[in-house]
Amino acid sequence: MSKMIKMLALCAVTAVALSACSGGKPDASSSITIGIPQDLEDSLDPHEAVAAGTKEILFNIYEGLLKPDETGNLVPAVASNYTISEDGKTYSFTLRDDVKFHNGQPVTAEDVKYSIEKSAGMTGAQSLISAFSNIEKVEIKDEKTVDIVLTEPDIDFPAYVANLNASIIPADNKDPKTKPVGTGPYMYVSRSPQENIILKKFDEYWGEGANITDITLKVIPNADSIVMNLNGGSVDMFARLTSTQTQQLSKNFNILEGEMNLVQAVYLNHAVEPFDNVDVCRALSYAVDVQNILDLTSDGKGFPVGSSMFPSFAKYYVDLTDTYPTDIKKAKELLASAGYPDGFSFSITVPSNYQPHIEAAQVVVEQLKKIGVTADIKLVEWNSWLSDVYSGRQYEATLIGVDASSLTASAMLDRFRSDADNNFTNYSNKEYDDLCAKVRAESSDEERTKIYKDMEKNLADNAANIYIQDMAEFVALSDKYEGYVFYPMYVQDFAKLKLKGQ
Amino acid sequence: MKDLMFRIRKNPELYTGAVIAAVISFILIAGFLFSPYDPNAMSAAEKFAAPSVSHLLGCDNFGRDLFTRLCVGGVTTLFIALATVSIGVVFGTIVGAFTGYYGGAVDEVLMRFNDAVLAFPSILLALVFISVFGSGTFKVIISLGIVFVPSFARIVRGEYLRCRNLDYVRSARLMGAGDLRIMFVHILPNTFPVLLSSTVIGFNNAVLAEASMSFLGIGVQPPDSSLGRMLSDAQAFLFSEPSYAILTGCTIAVIVLGFSLLGEGLKKHA
Amino acid sequence: MKTVLKKLASFIITVLLVTLFVFLAFELIPGDAATFRLGTNATPEALERLREELGLNRPFFVRYFTWLYSFFFGDMGQSLSYGVSVRSMLASKLPITITLTLMSFVMIVALSVPLGVLTSKYEDRMWARSLDALGQVTMSIPPFFLGIIIMYVFGMIIHAFTPGGFVSWQTDPVRFIGYMFFPSVAIALPKAAMSAKLLRTSILSERKLDYVRTAYSRGNSTMDVLYRHVLKNAIIPVITFLGMTLADTVAGSLVIEQVFSIPGFGRLLISSISNRDYPVVQSIIAIIAMIVIVINLIVDIMYRFMDPRMRERS
Repeated sequence: MSKMIKMLALCAVTAVALSACSGGKPDASSSITIGIPQDLEDSLDPHEAVAAGTKEILFNIYEGLLKPDETGNLVPAVASNYTISEDGKTYSFTLRDDVKFHNGQPVTAEDVKYSIEKSAGMTGAQSLISAFSNIEKVEIKDEKTVDIVLTEPDIDFPAYVANLNASIIPADNKDPKTKPVGTGPYMYVSRSPQENIILKKFDEYWGEGANITDITLKVIPNADSIVMNLNGGSVDMFARLTSTQTQQLSKNFNILEGEMNLVQAVYLNHAVEPFDNVDVCRALSYAVDVQNILDLTSDGKGFPVGSSMFPSFAKYYVDLTDTYPTDIKKAKELLASAGYPDGFSFSITVPSNYQPHIEAAQVVVEQLKKIGVTADIKLVEWNSWLSDVYSGRQYEATLIGVDASSLTASAMLDRFRSDADNNFTNYSNKEYDDLCAKVRAESSDEERTKIYKDMEKNLADNAANIYIQDMAEFVALSDKYEGYVFYPMYVQDFAKLKLKGQ
Repeated sequence: MKDLMFRIRKNPELYTGAVIAAVISFILIAGFLFSPYDPNAMSAAEKFAAPSVSHLLGCDNFGRDLFTRLCVGGVTTLFIALATVSIGVVFGTIVGAFTGYYGGAVDEVLMRFNDAVLAFPSILLALVFISVFGSGTFKVIISLGIVFVPSFARIVRGEYLRCRNLDYVRSARLMGAGDLRIMFVHILPNTFPVLLSSTVIGFNNAVLAEASMSFLGIGVQPPDSSLGRMLSDAQAFLFSEPSYAILTGCTIAVIVLGFSLLGEGLKKHA
Repeated sequence: MKTVLKKLASFIITVLLVTLFVFLAFELIPGDAATFRLGTNATPEALERLREELGLNRPFFVRYFTWLYSFFFGDMGQSLSYGVSVRSMLASKLPITITLTLMSFVMIVALSVPLGVLTSKYEDRMWARSLDALGQVTMSIPPFFLGIIIMYVFGMIIHAFTPGGFVSWQTDPVRFIGYMFFPSVAIALPKAAMSAKLLRTSILSERKLDYVRTAYSRGNSTMDVLYRHVLKNAIIPVITFLGMTLADTVAGSLVIEQVFSIPGFGRLLISSISNRDYPVVQSIIAIIAMIVIVINLIVDIMYRFMDPRMRERS
């Protein structure tokens, strides 16, 4: 009872505070504090954001011409529909009538042209969507129509347009890095580095819009204090917990279980010794016992994978998990034949803010000891990981989850093409490159799916990386709220959250 | 016997400290050397196993024997502290000896510098070094070691200043002993009493500094373990397994208690 | 006056040295602001252009003094990771760290002075001795472990506060101070135990001196002697200690912030160190150095004020 009163009192206080500043509408206010494991350090500019953790948040602020929904389909967003020309080279997007930016201005064809060109790297900076190099030009047909003309036909093109990195921002923006303005259901209010980011419901959103008015994203980089924050009541929701963390939560939380839609693996830098030797990579894959990792780190929960594709991407997924059954003897033989009979040592770089990867890395280190390979763990801050490992490729191995930023198979697989910009593993395989070229030229969906599966097999056979799992995602949501939705992508959709009974 | 009782009563810190420090060091080193368990061997079946005859203090989140890990972590912590203090003492003594013995402009400049560094919280300086060198056991030792040099240099310099004009030094000089000989054969032994207590106190500070840095995640890196690192891991399980954090924290506290009493006792004694 | 000037000079040297040292340290790290901004794929020409623009091509000392100059006029440069001015980043964090430091310092003084006086006055009583032993144990507990225990007991079992429920001082100053209470206790307790012990030892040795005996023989009551004569002299070494402690408390607050999830200087410093965001690191270190120096100055002035011997000498 007294708790109830306290809560009511608190609601009243919030309501008063809000009505004081927004001048009315006291009834509609509601708020939630969501914990996030890292600050959005890379960039708030959608065309520059690299980290999955940044993009999943920006998903609520920005939208592209199209966007993915929770079933994995592409739905119109800033555009209301699009048509494809006969030759498959011209995509004609019609803009929605009532789309406005957070600053109140309507979205114009100029904004779209500016955004797509900026995103495609045509105005300077490098593009994060390599498939956009295929764009020949962006043309404004009339006030409401924008044509994107491609050099080569690309069936996957709509999926890239739905990528967060292709979001639409105002052409006259001053500084999207620090003052983000988009069209999403939530707008950016303010931030305090290493502390929080404040979002507010965008009232003029074209679609259904958000339920909860105010969101505080609280940065909790110290994995140890997440449970403390949740149980203490200062955070209402936290996605991507470990199973140990969920077990310690009080019964005021509902634990939702889903998949993270990523591929957790020890990614190997093939440009450094000894990972330029296929046998070494295979030996390591034989030595690592995935089930044991799951048992130790997540009470057996998780979905083992054998290549760079996660199970919920069913259309393209091939089960390759038994390519390397745990076999210490075989691993040792392979190592010996590769010229490392006594093993070798290397270091695994792991971002320090993500406990599940750190724990998995510790188990991998222990398992590799059995074949005489000594690995040490190098914990780095997320930003250093991005600059050193991802962009700089200065590392030996890294344990991380890689997700699909577009709803296409190539989002997972294209990065292993030897000349891909985002090939941070420096994987270089002639046969694989040929498959990539083939899939680009192919227009039959069936054939493409087949080639993608061959690519997955190629990665598995050559032990491109030590594949582990698509992790089980545990989301803790306070029982005051409901409506959390899992996506088949690495995305957090805050707009669907609501107070119970709201 | 009566004599011993009298001495204990006169300086209880020295004896209690010595006993606590000796016992905890003995347990940690003995466990480190003779524990039948591999400190890193993981076992899914024994996650958070309760204390039993086979696992004296139970197991941690990876099913590793907690007692063994405490011993290994403790020895790592002690080793880092010892290495750190050694760097501090050796270089501090050299700097202190030369500046104290010769004095002059070099002394003036170095001591100004020394005071500047001493006025600044040592862990912050260590953080700056860590950001230059990177994390890891040996880098922590070097970073902390450098930070410890000035305080020892100051102490040793003071002793040399006091001793350089004493009679025995003068007579040694008259007998034709070289400066180096006077500095390191004649004067050095006289600094030992003061140096000894400072070393023990410094050792204690090093234990705390290492623990803080590893706790912040910029010291010892897994799979290596130190007590600070373990405490930071244990904090994640504070709700389900509070004993993990409490045992680890208490081990640090007992080490610090023992050595701080010992240091105080030695200071009194000297 | 001369000594004050001399002190002041040595403090300025300290600031110069510490900042120079930090500046130099970051010079040794491979990569500079230009490589950081443009990423590793940047062309050498673009890098060279940006270096020219940022003034990174100038000699080391020129850059150092330019930085120092603008630092003192409030321009601390731009954060490399956040792209906003360092000054705006630190402005909201500085009050947090200062509050934490001051609150714990007040606690240290409020706890240690009465405790030191009482335990020395009743030095032979059983309770005084137990308190003494308890103090010895308290000062051996690392502050961050004490923080964890406090968090567990007061936050989780007794529910005296909400762990992680930090409220910014701009939002609600009262709740802000309320949240800072327990972290301050974690910093203060071990230091208070040390300072109480020091005061006690100092009072005990002072009491053995001749002038105290004389005072007693003149028939002054014990309490009177204790307050008027003994404490006045005995407190001097304690002030020195407290001055050192205050500097330590700043460092201690950096660690405790991590335990209680307080977004102050500590977290920013650690993440900036790992991110090599050196404009931020340099500014934080320089600010802390200045805080420490100001503290030292204040202690020094108090010292002169309290100790007649020092006054005469100057």
